[in-house]
Amino acid sequence: MFEACADPKSIEGLTWAMCYLTSGKHIEFYWSFVTVLLLLALTAPAALAMGFAGATAARSRFIPLSLLGKGYAAIVRGVPDIIFFLFFVIALDQGLEYLKSLAVCENHSWPWQGLEFRVCPEAKIPLGRSSAIWHQAYGFGLAVFTFALVFGAFAANVLYGAMNAVPRAQLETAEAYGMSHGQVFRRILVPQMWVYALPGLSNLWMILIKATPLLFLLGVRDIVYWARELGGMKTQAYEYPHPDWRLWYFLALLVFYLVFTKLSEIVLARISARLNHGQATAGGEALRKAAA
Amino acid sequence: MTCWETVQAYAFRSIGFGENLLPRSDFTLCQQITLIGSGLIWNVYFGVLALGFGFFFAVAVALAKSSPRRLLRKPAEWFVFLFRGSPLFIQFFLAYEALQLLPKTGINLFGITVETAWTTRAWAGALFVLFLNTSAYAAEIFHGALKSIPKGDLEAAEAYGITGWHKFRRIQWPTMLRLGWPAYTNEAIFLFHATTLVFFSGFPAFRQMGDALYYAKYFADKTFNPFVAYPIVAVYFILLTLLLTWLFALVNRRLNRHLPSNIRSRIRLRPQLIR
Repeated sequence: MFEACADPKSIEGLTWAMCYLTSGKHIEFYWSFVTVLLLLALTAPAALAMGFAGATAARSRFIPLSLLGKGYAAIVRGVPDIIFFLFFVIALDQGLEYLKSLAVCENHSWPWQGLEFRVCPEAKIPLGRSSAIWHQAYGFGLAVFTFALVFGAFAANVLYGAMNAVPRAQLETAEAYGMSHGQVFRRILVPQMWVYALPGLSNLWMILIKATPLLFLLGVRDIVYWARELGGMKTQAYEYPHPDWRLWYFLALLVFYLVFTKLSEIVLARISARLNHGQATAGGEALRKAAA
Repeated sequence: MTCWETVQAYAFRSIGFGENLLPRSDFTLCQQITLIGSGLIWNVYFGVLALGFGFFFAVAVALAKSSPRRLLRKPAEWFVFLFRGSPLFIQFFLAYEALQLLPKTGINLFGITVETAWTTRAWAGALFVLFLNTSAYAAEIFHGALKSIPKGDLEAAEAYGITGWHKFRRIQWPTMLRLGWPAYTNEAIFLFHATTLVFFSGFPAFRQMGDALYYAKYFADKTFNPFVAYPIVAVYFILLTLLLTWLFALVNRRLNRHLPSNIRSRIRLRPQLIR
């Protein structure tokens, strides 16, 4: 990156450290933090949307829809954490490839043959000849979808509870004013439910942050992958030889997560204070007393 | 090989008894159920010991965290924040790498050589991390419970002249346990779920002696079929969860025995994700 770094074996001290920390591999390591943040940025709204859909479905008066919403939350929440991640990604991958094979392959044999999963080469997602970046993107996409599905179930549960916590009298008042069901939902229920949903959603956000190292298990080159890769012992054959530094890399990851958690706590506390403003809840009452 | 022979060969494979080689081809359902069940021994080992030791440490940390003395309170707060604010996965990696740095030949303490090699093995290293982790989570639960002890109870105790250790032993301790127990039950369940992370996070499975998920992944990788092995683990864990809930409900009933039935605290399952 810098000219001084052309021959890393000849430099020492601070210059060496600067060159080492800006080597190509390290730049990729820094980008992997962006990957994690991107995962969070994509997953959080997607999970919230799925949760909202699930909660709305669960409240529906149409029984099959209501059962679908409740069933979604119950099934995903009931399966132990990591197993879902390991299992679901492979299942989804194979399912997609099977569906694609029905469309593009000539030979429609059942793909689960004995010990192997076989579809014709054209049905592979992404195709075997596509560049590595597509494989990475596909893996990342599967991860986002899995995260959104799992966290969506938890969010559905939180939002369902929050919708039920909105005082019944308010909804009845709105109906008495002649609002339709849709209007009551949009104007009264949804704006009011957030204050009840926030503690649960904050908790979920914290868990989501801590679930991001699972990307590593899903085969995405995330921060854990790079920490292991870069920290491992490098012999003289490498440009920047150094002993086993994995401890320091993992320490950096730990600090990253702790700082991120702390920042989230501060931001969520602010949002909570704002949402509680003027609400007829204990939190709102505390704010009113503090101001008076 | 009949199913009974498979059970004999692999039932204790995870702790090093029985057949040495894992099955390589012609996987039967019986093999998968036996080996994965054998791996469950490790999950139970980690869960029970971490929970058992963690309980006492958690109470100590919770008390320190509620202490008015800064010198006690701050370290406890930092400990809880450190372990609750970072992913368990990273904690495992970090602990493994840190333990690797201990001198391989052992530490010489006053002429006695203390072996260090065993600390990097999963049975000790991972157990230690799980112990600290569950202590932090449980400490937060007990801290919350300590804070929600009714003020009237404590004032009544003081009015009767019960103070200090007696107040803790007779009033705070039982009430704290009773109030915190439903949340602690959930913590216990998710600690057991978290034990599946051990062999995915740095700690190598020595001689292929791993936990339930380790063997499930072995089968799923070998057969390219996740639809058998992972559901088996899931079923085992659901059974384990039911057993735990039942055991904790017994304790809960005892803790609540003096209360009228309508104000007893009930255990509600609150599934939680990875930590």
